[in-house]
Amino acid sequence: MTVRRIPTTQLGSRGAGALRRRLAVGVLVLLSLVLISLSFRSGDDGPLTGVQSAGSTVLRPFAVGFERVAQPFRDAYGWVDSLFGARSDAERLRAEVQELRQRAIQSEFALQENDYLRRLLRYLDGPRFPSEFESVAAEVIGRPPGAFAQAIVIAAGSRNGVRVNDPVVTADGLVGLVTYVTLGTARIQLLTDQEAAVSAVDLRSSAPGIVLHARGTRETLVFDRVRKQEVIRVGDEIVTAGWRAGSLSSLYPKGIPIGEVTSVGQTDTDLFQQVQIDPYVDFGSLDAVLVLVPAERRR
Amino acid sequence: MSAGSAARVSALVFAAAMLQTVIVSSLVLGGGAPDLLLVVVICLGLRLGSVPGAIFGFAGGLVVDFLTLDTLGITSLVLTLAGFWAGRYAETTGRGRRLAPLVAVGAITVLAGVFGFVLHYMLGDDVVARHALVTALAPALVGNLLLALPVHALVRATVHESEVSETTREVEVVV
Repeated sequence: MTVRRIPTTQLGSRGAGALRRRLAVGVLVLLSLVLISLSFRSGDDGPLTGVQSAGSTVLRPFAVGFERVAQPFRDAYGWVDSLFGARSDAERLRAEVQELRQRAIQSEFALQENDYLRRLLRYLDGPRFPSEFESVAAEVIGRPPGAFAQAIVIAAGSRNGVRVNDPVVTADGLVGLVTYVTLGTARIQLLTDQEAAVSAVDLRSSAPGIVLHARGTRETLVFDRVRKQEVIRVGDEIVTAGWRAGSLSSLYPKGIPIGEVTSVGQTDTDLFQQVQIDPYVDFGSLDAVLVLVPAERRR
Repeated sequence: MSAGSAARVSALVFAAAMLQTVIVSSLVLGGGAPDLLLVVVICLGLRLGSVPGAIFGFAGGLVVDFLTLDTLGITSLVLTLAGFWAGRYAETTGRGRRLAPLVAVGAITVLAGVFGFVLHYMLGDDVVARHALVTALAPALVGNLLLALPVHALVRATVHESEVSETTREVEVVV
């Protein structure tokens, strides 16, 4: 049997060193708990809001700098990644272009007819996308670590006209909603967050429902609350409904693309159909987004 | 710990927090992303001990909470405890063992994932246990283990041997 000294730090497991260690970690844990309590209980206008806003503003230039440095590497990764699927993508896109060309001509006729009928009826409608909104383009500068929040932070805030509850899009479709704004940054709750929900319609059948995040997945959405008598098909496009009821209206304007139906099912016991959607937006590789600001606010 | 060493370590923690928030969090493979800042804090705890580990964990977590506009203190609390646990492991049995970084990173990644889940659940966040504890945690664990040895080497290069104090009177009995 041999006895040897353990090479460790000056804080042993007993005596004054242990007391100092426990005191230090106790203070830090207590401080964290106080911050959590204040931040959680006070909401958007509490005592810590100003501190967090100031902290975020101070750190923003560093985040933007890191993002700029990382961008070429991200682009290179995307370029290499896209090479593997380039051939099959090209064939798929050629077929899609032909189909879309025909649909564009039909849509143009429908649009002219729609405008004419609206003028005849003096039809009142909710805010429409994109005609009644101006967009604020912003770089994505942060994503919370871990699986607990599906959110991004962008480099645009209240001084750019961004407010809480402004919808956020990309060229592909709906991204989410602004949930927290500081002077120069804003936090966006992604559509894939467990707490996000959007009223939507099937573009072909006009069947209404609510788009939610599919529980237990990262980026799959479900089109919920769709009645069984509605006819939903695989490949249908789902867009925001943009309803209006008196002075109340949806946070999302009408007609923002959300995704494409990938599966439809129903059981005898369920009240509604089970519709799964593949979102148009790739939430994992968002570099920049557009915040939709009502045109009347910018005037 | 000298002022120069403290400045170097602070810069390392700040850079790790920035990289984590801006880049690493978006590197999602198989449903989860590695946590560079957690690995850095664990390696600092292993190298410097429990109290510096907890302090740098708290500071790094605060930077992340500020950047992501998340509830202040959540990441700080998780990383404070992670740094502390890693430090205690080093102070008791871990230091000097070749696989200590891998053991500490593996165990603390799982503990931090579970603790983070419980914390968010207690705060009323809608988090699915299977996603948080299996789908996201398993790839994060693999990513963190891959980062463990390179990050530990970086931390060793940042904190010189002379900065690691070894003045304890504790002994272990080897039979």
